[in-house]
Amino acid sequence: MANYKPVIGLEIHVELKTKSKMFCQCSANYFGKKPNTNTCPVCLGLPGALPVPNEKAIEWTILIGKALNCTINKISKFDRKHYFYPDLPKGYQISQYDEPIAVNGQINIVGVGFSDPRYKGGNTPPLQKIFRIRRVHLEEDTGKLIHSGNETLIDFNRSGVPLVEIVTEPDFDNSDDVKRFLEELRVIIRYLDVSDADMEKGSMRLEPNISVREIPNSKFQIPNKFQLPKYKVEVKNINSFRYVKQAIEYELERQKEILEKGETPRQETRGFDEKKVATYSQRSKEEAHDYRYFPEPDIPPLTFTQDYISSIIVPELPQQKVERYVMDYQLKFDDAFRLTRDLKIANLFINIINNKEIKKNNIPIKFIANLFINSWLNKLRRLPEKTNERYVDEVVDAYKLRFQIGEAISSDKYDVIIDKVIAANQKVVDEYRKGKENAIMFLVGQVMREMKGKAEAKLIISKIKDKISN
Amino acid sequence: MSLLGKSVTQLRKLIEAKELSKSELVDYFKKRIKKYNSSLNAYLTVNEKESEDKTGSLNGIPLAVKDNFCTKGLRTTASSKVLDKFIPPYESTVTQKLKEGGAIILGKTNMDAWAHGSSTETSDYGPTRNPWDVTRSPGGSSGGSSAAVSAYLAPAAIGSETAGSIRQPASWSGVVGLKPTYGRVSRYGVIAMGSSLDCPGPVTLTVEDAALILKLIAGKDPYDATSSPFPVKDYVEGLNENKKMTIGIPDEYFIGVDESVKSRISRCTGILEKMGHMIKKIKLIDPKYAISVYTIVQRAEVSSNLARYDGIRYGNDRTYFGEEAKRRIMLGAYTLSYGYYDAYYKKAQKVRTLIIEDFKKAFKQVDAIIGPTTPMTALKLGEWEKYPFFGEVMDVLNEPAAVAGIPAISVPAGLDKNGLPVGMQIMGNYFCEGTILNLAHQFEKETDFFGVVKKGLENCKD
Repeated sequence: MANYKPVIGLEIHVELKTKSKMFCQCSANYFGKKPNTNTCPVCLGLPGALPVPNEKAIEWTILIGKALNCTINKISKFDRKHYFYPDLPKGYQISQYDEPIAVNGQINIVGVGFSDPRYKGGNTPPLQKIFRIRRVHLEEDTGKLIHSGNETLIDFNRSGVPLVEIVTEPDFDNSDDVKRFLEELRVIIRYLDVSDADMEKGSMRLEPNISVREIPNSKFQIPNKFQLPKYKVEVKNINSFRYVKQAIEYELERQKEILEKGETPRQETRGFDEKKVATYSQRSKEEAHDYRYFPEPDIPPLTFTQDYISSIIVPELPQQKVERYVMDYQLKFDDAFRLTRDLKIANLFINIINNKEIKKNNIPIKFIANLFINSWLNKLRRLPEKTNERYVDEVVDAYKLRFQIGEAISSDKYDVIIDKVIAANQKVVDEYRKGKENAIMFLVGQVMREMKGKAEAKLIISKIKDKISN
Repeated sequence: MSLLGKSVTQLRKLIEAKELSKSELVDYFKKRIKKYNSSLNAYLTVNEKESEDKTGSLNGIPLAVKDNFCTKGLRTTASSKVLDKFIPPYESTVTQKLKEGGAIILGKTNMDAWAHGSSTETSDYGPTRNPWDVTRSPGGSSGGSSAAVSAYLAPAAIGSETAGSIRQPASWSGVVGLKPTYGRVSRYGVIAMGSSLDCPGPVTLTVEDAALILKLIAGKDPYDATSSPFPVKDYVEGLNENKKMTIGIPDEYFIGVDESVKSRISRCTGILEKMGHMIKKIKLIDPKYAISVYTIVQRAEVSSNLARYDGIRYGNDRTYFGEEAKRRIMLGAYTLSYGYYDAYYKKAQKVRTLIIEDFKKAFKQVDAIIGPTTPMTALKLGEWEKYPFFGEVMDVLNEPAAVAGIPAISVPAGLDKNGLPVGMQIMGNYFCEGTILNLAHQFEKETDFFGVVKKGLENCKD
């Protein structure tokens, strides 16, 4: 029996959230708009209309390339990729062929294998793997077909939205790594603030290329690690990380069965059926396109100076943040990892631990991290944003509650506040002295407010009585 | 007052002096169109809704526009039945600028379908006929525009050139045709033929009119990434300088040229020499190489540009494509196919670079290069079908400038032995439209184009 080794590469499409589309001034935010209201002669591909490239989209593609440790090509260009499909109004897509904006990158994924039995969690050094990025290029999105009954309608609102394609080398050999890589990539894209990378809305789309290499079970044949299988199967239209994992696992089994029979799987494009958890054939190699690429004559070649490339700054990426949290705050890797998955939450965490009130109360970072991880993380992603102060208050309250600090509020602090309230409300004090017993409750209320409710009414009453009886 | 043959510049003065109203002028041309268009077929669509209240350098001047310029609300077909019912929802930059300059669009002129041709005979709406001899072609693809100007169904027209489509019909129709530098005039809204070659430009009775119209339509356009930010000069004012120039004459441009055309051009260069210009023999790459480069690049771009007419939009499906368009789509798709790209398209682009270098070198020695516009004068209708690459052969002398993207102007150089107009072209360096317009204007002042324009107007009296 031969051994089999999966060979998996990925193509990922990410829609950029620029203000305008890739080649015209229509809004790039088409979501939820009435069909065909977000269009113009350019994105409808009307006769005579010409594309003018969106500089922001080019800048962001360079940013993505840099974040993925790519080489940025100083000379790049757009090409026309031809195929006929009703959602492609020009009969070609403006894309990039042999001179993409960025090439030869890699991501070092730390934390690969959370589900790996060898990974012990906690402070143990996480497993690391390097996955190579072949290219990052910029193109335009197509329109959308809407099928209803026997009719098919076309909505061009999405036509021309900037789309970045990220292609990896076939460096993956299992579906867990693929899932972990994609999760990290999505976090990176969101950190860069260039896309929502939302799979449900289609602003992030995934296409794994899957094949299986046979490793002959013979000591006389040394397997060549660099030799790829003679075929590959591309699975399209997958809209969640879980489905990618399922599709890969299904394909690996299917292909192994074919190989075991001594046959070679067909090179083809397959779809994924979520309900059946199975892939199905869509298009075979014989029907494969010849895209007839040639340089887009409507757009002059792009040239980038080193100064320009250098001026595009990559912010601190999630992985660097994890390292820094571990180093600077002595957090466990797991905790640092979880705290950095969402940039807003990571920023909130930093704002809170640096808050004066938090420092004054000597609240340990570890406590705050635990609070985030155990009770807040899921909630924070869904709730409307509150001010930092509100969160600080919540942390302080939780801290005091947890350690029963209410009892420990010093007697001095009570005295200071009570004296202040008495001084400010002499009239009420006089009324009490004249025999209006209820007036004391107003004073108690004022003290409570000053102490944000973290005080004991009985103690306040006795202290006030002491003071104004004197 | 007879308006027949008045130039745009003269008409402007009459309007400014209130000797002529804008509506009188429009009516005059409408009347002439009614009288002559049925026999010439220069216009495909006459604009019934024309109304412009803008004033500018073309205040009240009626113009004809080739039918590949999108005009908002006015049918635009590029002479193909595929677009038979296409009414653009937007305006091309050129027609926008014309309108803003006060011009009135009289109508849309016939052309070879999709601009594929050099005789206006591939039009799906029938050929345009040459006012000099209605059994002959006016040239093409801007044949409707050149015939309209020659027959004075418009005082000037807008054409477009991919390789020769302004100069060649101007030459065959006995009028002036200017192809500007690639990128000098915006292509936005011009139904694309060869995107890396297409240049809009004017067809006129005088050089001054060409300068006036160029000034209005030239310039950087935020809607055309290939348009140039190079400053636009006052081409009209530039005409007054009496520059003495060095003029290059390449032998290669006289190979296979009809004897009577050749002798007219020698006569003209003789006149230029007498005027004090220096005539210098120069060597250029044989124009026959430009044919190959042009054919491959243009067919590739055509196959791509016509892909959008897939039958889903615009009403008529792909069966409405004519034979010439189908041939070009097939050849273009073939040259771009996997495995052939390097051998054809990429190689053609390399030779294109050599042609560009060749011109750059030449313009270090000379201010302008002169040759015949076409190897022969207007051919009989039907001749084109005898040549599989009719356009390419007819435009052999136009293709080098087109492929290189340099400006060139064709002016009347007299009549051949059959009494048909001969064209002389003056090519200039990149963005040196001012230079070739100046030289053409000096030549016009000296010769009055040998009375060719005036004689042409006699073909269609009021």
